[in-house]
Amino acid sequence: MKIKKPSDLTAKVAELRAGLSGKTRLQVSLGTCGIAAGGSPIAAALRKHIAEQGLEKKFEVVDVGCLGLCYCEPMVEVKSAKGKSIIYGHVSEEQIPAIVAAGASKTAEGLEALKTSLYYPEEQAKPKKKVVQTRIALRNSGRINPEKLEDYLLQDGYQALAKVLSDMKPAQVCDELVESGLRGRGGGGFPTGKKWQFAAAQPKGQKYIICNADEGDPGAFMDRAVLEGDPHAVLEAMAIGGYAIGSDTGLIYIRAEYPLAIARLKKAIEQATAAGLLGKNIFGSGFDFNIELKYGAGAFVCGEETALIHSIEGKRGEPTFKPPFPAVRGLWGKPTIVNNVETLANIPAIFRQGAAWFKSIGTPGSPGSKVFALAGKISNVGLVEVPMGIKLRDIIFELGGGIANGREFKAVQTGGPSGGCLTAKNLDTAIDYESLKALGSMMGSGGMIIMDEDTCMVNIARFFLEFTVDESCGKCTPCRIGNKRLFEILDKICAGQGTPEMLDQLEELGNVIKDTSLCGLGQTSPNPVLSTLKNFPEEYKAHIFEHRCPAAVCTSLLNYTINENCIGCGICARNCPVNCISGLPKTRHHIDQSKCIKCGACMRSCKFAAIDRK
Amino acid sequence: MTCCCEKTESALEKLSRLEPEKTASLNAFLDQLPIGKDVESNRAHLIVALHQAQGIFGYLPSEVQQIIAERLKLTRSEIYGVISFYSYFTDQPIGRFKINVCCGTACFVKGANLVVEQFSRELKIKEGETSADGRFFLGVLRCVGACSLAPVVMVNERVYGNVTPAMVSKIIADCKD
Repeated sequence: MKIKKPSDLTAKVAELRAGLSGKTRLQVSLGTCGIAAGGSPIAAALRKHIAEQGLEKKFEVVDVGCLGLCYCEPMVEVKSAKGKSIIYGHVSEEQIPAIVAAGASKTAEGLEALKTSLYYPEEQAKPKKKVVQTRIALRNSGRINPEKLEDYLLQDGYQALAKVLSDMKPAQVCDELVESGLRGRGGGGFPTGKKWQFAAAQPKGQKYIICNADEGDPGAFMDRAVLEGDPHAVLEAMAIGGYAIGSDTGLIYIRAEYPLAIARLKKAIEQATAAGLLGKNIFGSGFDFNIELKYGAGAFVCGEETALIHSIEGKRGEPTFKPPFPAVRGLWGKPTIVNNVETLANIPAIFRQGAAWFKSIGTPGSPGSKVFALAGKISNVGLVEVPMGIKLRDIIFELGGGIANGREFKAVQTGGPSGGCLTAKNLDTAIDYESLKALGSMMGSGGMIIMDEDTCMVNIARFFLEFTVDESCGKCTPCRIGNKRLFEILDKICAGQGTPEMLDQLEELGNVIKDTSLCGLGQTSPNPVLSTLKNFPEEYKAHIFEHRCPAAVCTSLLNYTINENCIGCGICARNCPVNCISGLPKTRHHIDQSKCIKCGACMRSCKFAAIDRK
Repeated sequence: MTCCCEKTESALEKLSRLEPEKTASLNAFLDQLPIGKDVESNRAHLIVALHQAQGIFGYLPSEVQQIIAERLKLTRSEIYGVISFYSYFTDQPIGRFKINVCCGTACFVKGANLVVEQFSRELKIKEGETSADGRFFLGVLRCVGACSLAPVVMVNERVYGNVTPAMVSKIIADCKD
């Protein structure tokens, strides 16, 4: 059915509600991470089991996006029609009969269910935990079938667009967004409503709205989760933005590395167009809007809006000087708005529930919630969406489950290669745009890489600089040459060739690059070095003055030796790829340091803890 | 030396002779692009054309670049500039088994570099190289977004999670033609 006016949407939703089967849903998380962990065979096995047992009237298997519980994929959520939910992690095919037999009323025998209160905060009348998630951008991700428009409509989908097009003038839309205080979730934190106002103020004519889905920050995957789990939310938000600024064309610039997100977006665009929610004369308002996909080709700098625009134009993705801002002169010289995926995913909720509601969440300066991708040495790797102003401690130790394998927390890198590290003394900082900046880091896209005592901070700084050197577009000198020199200094320190003056050189050069680079990539690239230098000076000094890597990571500074535990079994010698271990059977063996390549194969193969690494 | 007035084989003719099916498929794609006289708007099709061409040929040999340049009315140098800028594009043929080790931050802190070194030792190629028999390509990626499985290795479409250096020889053994 084509939806031609707002009342058609109401009728359609009423029809869908009436047609609900009342079946218990068996939801299998099939985002990229779920599929990689083996979710597809589980979904197939569930379908087979339901068919074999003749339970089609009671159960339906639903493919959903990512719920954010990446650490326990493949996962199955059993959800009754009344909303009662039980989540199982690390599901194997053998467990399926027990899970189906137990249904939604009780936990399957012999299995343990995950705490759903962390993921369904609003359904928990009295939260027992003090820290719960606030899911706005991720509200549908992992709960609906992203490939079905009907599922999105049942979650109030396209209601915001209907309301905006029938009740609001474009200027009111921009004002409401300014009022909500929503800030760009992609990194910079610029007020989104202001951006829209700038573009809306430009003379009438061709304008563009671009969704930046070039999620390049390694270790951040929230945009992928939204695109794979709730693509229609992004389309709806883009249409609202198009109406607000007077644009009839939206473009989604997406990484070619996200094939699943691309497929789901394509499908969503087709469905929305077929239903009349995109295309000509949407909701009978006279507003036309179409969305096209544009592919990236692997360049981190293309997350910068001017570089992204050049890439869409078919050029090298090099940034240009601002002003003029894209809102004034953007794609093909026309006024253009570039918004990040997560930012857009917040917008339908803001227009449905109002700016005042949105402002009531988070902090006055940074309203709303933020999705963080927890990765690295943390127990619960995955996505969490929390109100701004939450303490780092609550994210890492409550929601993230603390450090994996019982190790000590050392630091957390926020903001990816552009951010810095926060340490144990920052654990009680309330997280928002300003507080992170004050600590020498930044919000960035919301990646949080958690590090424990086995992580070498100098080596991490070197890793990020290697990334920046690789990804610098080469247009401006400070970034192209400065970062290369920074990297070389760090490389020498890691190789045990550091000199005392290098500490000052790192700081001075870092500050020059920060002050003089053209775009955000260069201006933030020294952050990882400067913040590790400030927070962990003793590690740098240990590398330089003592030729020692305290975390035992930098291979050039390590020596493998065999201690008295050795019983002479010879397994290390057989595993050594360069044959540098010798010794008679049943006597203590010896490693020839001149030949050792420090690969660690001996240490991994030894069953008697007889190999030391120092 | 042949005389310059002698007719030389064009890029299209050469490619059609060497790879007739692939060339036909590329041509079919280029035919349906709305290419006009305006270079600015033609350029907007460049990246999608390169994606398509690399999907067909596996890489972007100079003849393919020449054909795309002629169709879009762009210069070869500009096309080469774009190819060399984006890490997704390559003008060198790469191995049939594309072994890509994720070196995103999450994988790195969990020891992905040791996995790369182990592949490099066993395959006797460096990162970014293809083995002499044309079977293996060893590369690194920046985050495939499967951080919960870190370190991650992708061999063509297949994903291996929680990879340790000890698993490397098994992964290589899994690659059967």
